[in-house]
Order: sequence, then C-alpha cells, then structure tokens
Amino acid sequence: MMATTLNAVRKWAVQTARLCCGIPDYDVYVKHLREHHPERTVPSYGEFFRERQEARYKGGGGRCC
Amino acid sequence: MQTMQATVPPPSAASRIVWAAIAIIGAFCLGVVALRRGEPINAIWLVAAASAIFAIGYRFYGKFVEHSVLKLDPTRAPPSVLRNDGLDYVPTDKWVVFGHHFAAIAGAGPLVGPVLAAQMGYLPGTLWILFGVVFAGAVQDFMILGLSLRRDARSLGHMLREELGPVPGLVAMIGVLVLMMIVLAVLALVVVKALTHSPWGTFTVAATIPIAFLMGGYMRWFRPGRILEVSIIGLVLLLVSIWAGKFVADSATLAPLFDMDAKALAWWLIGYGFVASVLPVWLLLAPRDYLSTFLKIGTIALLALAILIAAPDLQMPAVTRFIDGTGPVFSGNLFPFLFITIACGAVSGWHSIIASGTTPKLLANEGQARMVGYGGMLCEAFVAIMALIAATYLHPGVYFAMNSPSAIIGTTVQEAATTISQWGFVVTPAELIQTAKDIGENSILSRAGGAPTLAVGMAQLLHNIMPGGGMMAFWYHYAILFEALFILTTVDAGTRVGRFMIQEIAGLIHKPLQETNSWTGNLLATAICVFLWGYFLYQGAVDPLGGINTLWPLFGIANQMLAAIALMLATVVVVKLKRERYVWVPGIPAIWLIICTMTAGYQKLVGPISFTAAANKYNAALQQGQLLAPAKTPAAMQQIVTNNYVDMALTGLFMLLIVVMVAFCLRALVKGWQANHPTAHEEPYVALGSVAS
Repeated sequence: MMATTLNAVRKWAVQTARLCCGIPDYDVYVKHLREHHPERTVPSYGEFFRERQEARYKGGGGRCC
Repeated sequence: MQTMQATVPPPSAASRIVWAAIAIIGAFCLGVVALRRGEPINAIWLVAAASAIFAIGYRFYGKFVEHSVLKLDPTRAPPSVLRNDGLDYVPTDKWVVFGHHFAAIAGAGPLVGPVLAAQMGYLPGTLWILFGVVFAGAVQDFMILGLSLRRDARSLGHMLREELGPVPGLVAMIGVLVLMMIVLAVLALVVVKALTHSPWGTFTVAATIPIAFLMGGYMRWFRPGRILEVSIIGLVLLLVSIWAGKFVADSATLAPLFDMDAKALAWWLIGYGFVASVLPVWLLLAPRDYLSTFLKIGTIALLALAILIAAPDLQMPAVTRFIDGTGPVFSGNLFPFLFITIACGAVSGWHSIIASGTTPKLLANEGQARMVGYGGMLCEAFVAIMALIAATYLHPGVYFAMNSPSAIIGTTVQEAATTISQWGFVVTPAELIQTAKDIGENSILSRAGGAPTLAVGMAQLLHNIMPGGGMMAFWYHYAILFEALFILTTVDAGTRVGRFMIQEIAGLIHKPLQETNSWTGNLLATAICVFLWGYFLYQGAVDPLGGINTLWPLFGIANQMLAAIALMLATVVVVKLKRERYVWVPGIPAIWLIICTMTAGYQKLVGPISFTAAANKYNAALQQGQLLAPAKTPAAMQQIVTNNYVDMALTGLFMLLIVVMVAFCLRALVKGWQANHPTAHEEPYVALGSVAS
C-alpha cells in the first residue's frame, strides 16, 4: 500500500517535472500510437525527446515575464 | 440563479462553520496588517491574511465565476479528449497540469514589481495584490482558460479575431510583440543592475554557459532525455561555481575580467542574446531552461519556508511618505502607478497567452479549470506577497540605498546615508558598508531592479534560520544566480519567439524570409529582434535615473494593456453568450485597467514625470551648452533626448492600441447585446462519455 502510494507520487513528480520542461509523457504517447496509428513506427525515448525539445522553442507564448 | 442552484449543492452546516471561521480569522489578520501603526508587524500576519483571502476567493468567487459566468460543464469533452494526439493534446492529471501551468506563469515579474512598490510601504502593495488577484488577475487567467477550452484550445489572438474581428486580432499581435521586446529589455536590465561591478555575480552567471553546454552534450549523446539526472549534475556545478566565485572576486588577476560597468554588461547581454538564439536549442537553451525551471520552483519553496520559520518583523512602515509620487524608486502617485508597477502577482496580461496556450490542451475536464486557472494565479500572488515581505523586512535605509538612482542619493555611502536619513529612514554609512561586506560585494548603492534587494532580503532570512560564517554572501549570490538564470532563459527563448514573429511578418513582404531553416532570414530576423530589445536595454544602461525608473513603467503599461485586452475579450464573450447580468465580472477589472494604463500613459506624456519633460530638460541644457549627469558629452546628451522621444512614441502607441481595442470592444458589445440569441463562437457540445476511451 505504502509502496504503491510512493510510486504514484514519484510518477506524478517525474511527469510534472518533465512537462514543465515541455516533454510530455512518453508512455502515453506510445499507447496512443499503438491504439490509433498502428501503422506508424514507435520512436525510441531518445528520438521522442529530441523531437519535443525542438518543438518547445518553435514559437507560441512560452513563459511569463 | 437557477443553474447555479442546480449545479452547486447547498453547503453543509460544518462547511458553513469552517468558512465563517476562515472569514473571521482573515478579517482579523487583515485588520492587523492594515491598522496597526507605529510598531513593526510580523510577516506571519500578512501570510495569514493572504491565505484566508485566497481561500475565500477561490471557494466563493472562483466558484461563482465557474458556475454562473463561464458555466463550465464537467460532462463536456475538452479539447484534450476531442483532439487527443498523444503529444500536444493529451488529457493529463490535474495536479500535473497545475504544476506545469504554475511553472509557466511564475517568472521574474512577481519578484520585481512588489520590491519596487515597497517604496510606498507594505500596505498599498499588499492590498493591491490581495484584491487585484481575486477580482482581476485570477479572473482573467481563469476566464481566458475557460474560453479557450470551449474553442479547441485556440490562442488569445485567434479568439480575438473570431469574437471581435480581424483588426483587433492584428492590434493584439502588435501589442504582444512590442510588450515582449520591453519585457526582454527590462528583465535583461535587472540582470545588468545586479551584476554591475560584481565580479562574483558575473562569474557565476557566466559559468552557467559552459555548465549548460556540458549538460546539453550529456543529454544529447551520453544519456538522451535524462532531464532530472542532468539537472542534478547541473545544480551541483552551479553551487560549485557560486563557491568558486568568491575566489574569483578575491583574486587580483581574475576579478578585473569579470568587473564590468552597466554599458559593458549591456553589450555582453546583447551579444549573448544573438548567439544564444541561433545556436541549436539542445546545446544551451534547453539545458538551462530545465535548470532554471527546477531552481525557480525550489527557490520559491525555500523562500516560503524561510519566511514561515524566521517569521520576521517588517521594518518598512505600512505607508511611507512616497505615496505622494515623490519616491526615488519610481516616480508617480499611488494612483495609477502602484497598479502599473505591480503587474505580475496582481494581474498580468502575459498570463492570457499561457492560459490560451498549452494548458487548455492538457486539461482532462472543464471541472478542473478553476483549480488550474484561478488557483495557479493565486499561487503566483503568494510569490508576490513573499517578495514584498523580503523587501519590507530589510532595513528601510538599506532598501532605499539599494533602489534609489545615484542621481538622487549620490555615489558614496556618506552622501547616500545623509540623503536617506533626511527622508526619515535613519541609516549610517557604516550600516551600508557592513551590508555590502556581509553579502561579499563592494557596494550596494543604486542596484534597482528588484533582484539584488530580494537577494539581500532572502540572504538575511536564510542566514537567520541557518547561521554560519560567510553564508550570507553565498545565499546572496545564490539568489542573484537564480534570478539571472531564468531571466537569461526568458531572454533567449523570447528572442527566438520574437524572431519567428518577425519572420512571419517579413514573409508577408518577401516570401523566402519566412523560411525558418534559411540562414539569411534566420540571422536577419534575429538581428532585428535583438536590436529591438537591445536598444531599450542600452538605453536603460545609460539612463540618468538608472533605467528601471524609466523602463519599468513602460513595461507595466504594456503588460496591463494586454490584461485589459484579455478582459475586454472576456467581457465581449459574456455578452455574446447572453449572460449580460454578469458583464461586470470581467468588465469592471477591464475598465479599471483601462483607466490605470491610460492615466499612467498620459502622465508619462504630459507633466512633471513625463518622458517629454525629461527630453525637454536635456534639450534645454544642450542648447545652452551645459552637460547634465550622467552624460559626459553632447552626443550622450543628445542620445538621452532621443531615448525619451522613443519612449514617448511607445507610450503613445500603447495608448492608441488601447483606444482602438476599446472602440472594437464597444462595437462588439452593442452587437452582442442587441442580438436575441447567443452569438459567441463556441464549439458545439460533445458529451465526454461519448468519446472518452
């Protein structure tokens, strides 16, 4: 019980920290690809990370003053 | 009212008692903050009053906006579900979205504005933050988020085009671009002010560049995508560089390399901004972005903890004589300049861009929008309150020595102590020297801009709870580094965004320039963007009143102008939805901001504190062949005159943008009011149950 709670907190913290840096959840993306686009190849985490890193600074509002 | 009763169950007896107790405690604490005079009050009263007011605002006013004004519906499918692509549009846990949203809106703004406003005492700033955020700032963030959720997560500009017409959309785009240039300039100036003749600070900030390269390479080739791991390594290296900075500052050979005046620092930052924004993002921008994001959240938490443990007494009076507009930090009366100076923290137009950016693409349910939009802004207001506490906890004499321009207090501690003591804040030269010595700097005089003041306040607070020889200097430079780090990240990322915007506009004239992969278009647009903010930064570095005094009001006017535009959009939509009886919810804060920005703009064009007056003063002296400080040549005099003309033109432009927006807003309001059915451009209702997988 304790272990599952800790694990959930850890997962939340990692997911939040990554999203704050513009990197969405990789597992969710893979799941989405498998379910909706089975014909596409699934990128490795490294490839996924690079693509998102580039995308984050492509424009849009970005951050606050 | 029927719908409200239908969706909100009547509160239980227990909940009524709890909320009544919170209201009574909050009223009591606020009473202490507002009414006690003559003896210093403890910061905890302020924290308690803020907590109670924010809790009540969130629970009652936030809920009212949610159910009656926006009519958010938890059964409705949000964009994240309808357009789920696993990348940009992803239904995400509400706490994760909250963390993301808060990290995106919290920046240097809420830390700088309240520190500058502390010249009027702690009370005016506190009241504006507390009531401004509940009735204006949080309402703006929440309503724009709510509107975007109903419109496929569209951006502010897109929503303005749809609801008000193409011209208002274009006006807002110009406003955002100019605002961004001013933001970048004024933030870069904060860094310049903090690092002027500070080899220790300059060394540690410069060290972040090789550290970022190292982190970037590590993440690129060695351990791809390990953000947390590499950020910990980066943090350790940063702390080492702070420690090493002391040896640099003490070394006779190294110190001069990092000892620069404001002009030299401005040139370095301009060069840095250019190079950094054309380098690949993975090398410099991204790694430093990660580091600054985590450091920002960590330091805000540390500051909160330090205030709670140290529970300091506020040494600044509740209200100082400078509410009459004669203050040295910024000129102008309490109305309208307090409401311009504290933008982020009370209400910030910039947030409307974020609330219509990533956040609406992530929310899994409309029912979570209040927590993220309204709640996130309340947290930012808390950061502003903490900055205000750190500034007003300082000895007022030290505060004014740090924040007044040298044109007013002179350049030696003797002159400064005499002048400031005459204002009624008795301070001795020895105290000023000792403060500088404690933080490991040569001088604390005229370091306006918020960052150094906050850093001294933070260093003293942390030193209180963790005493140790020499630690105060470490904490001071830590705080400077933390602010400089995320300001430089903003400069870098902002230059990139500005570049894309300029390329988009240039593409209308000559198509190939739009190509973001073309080096010509790329370098040209970057150069234009860096020139635009670099001009204002350099202007700040040579400004007779130290720069912040001149540029911060311009930034405040621009930011509040954007907030007024966002709130006008919300007002128009409320009327178009035929919910006219709630038009005052976004309408009153919109009118208030229009009044504040137009009055401030007018006073900056006409009258004693205007750019016009400053230009005329220098022009008249120039005609008579005199030189006024800090200009040492007629060319420098001419430069100051020109700078003031540019500032006049910019103020005029902002006022014009507001007038145009008001006209379009009124037109849309009349049309919406006359229509006998809702005319807002909402996407049709789709039940969450019918699409959720």
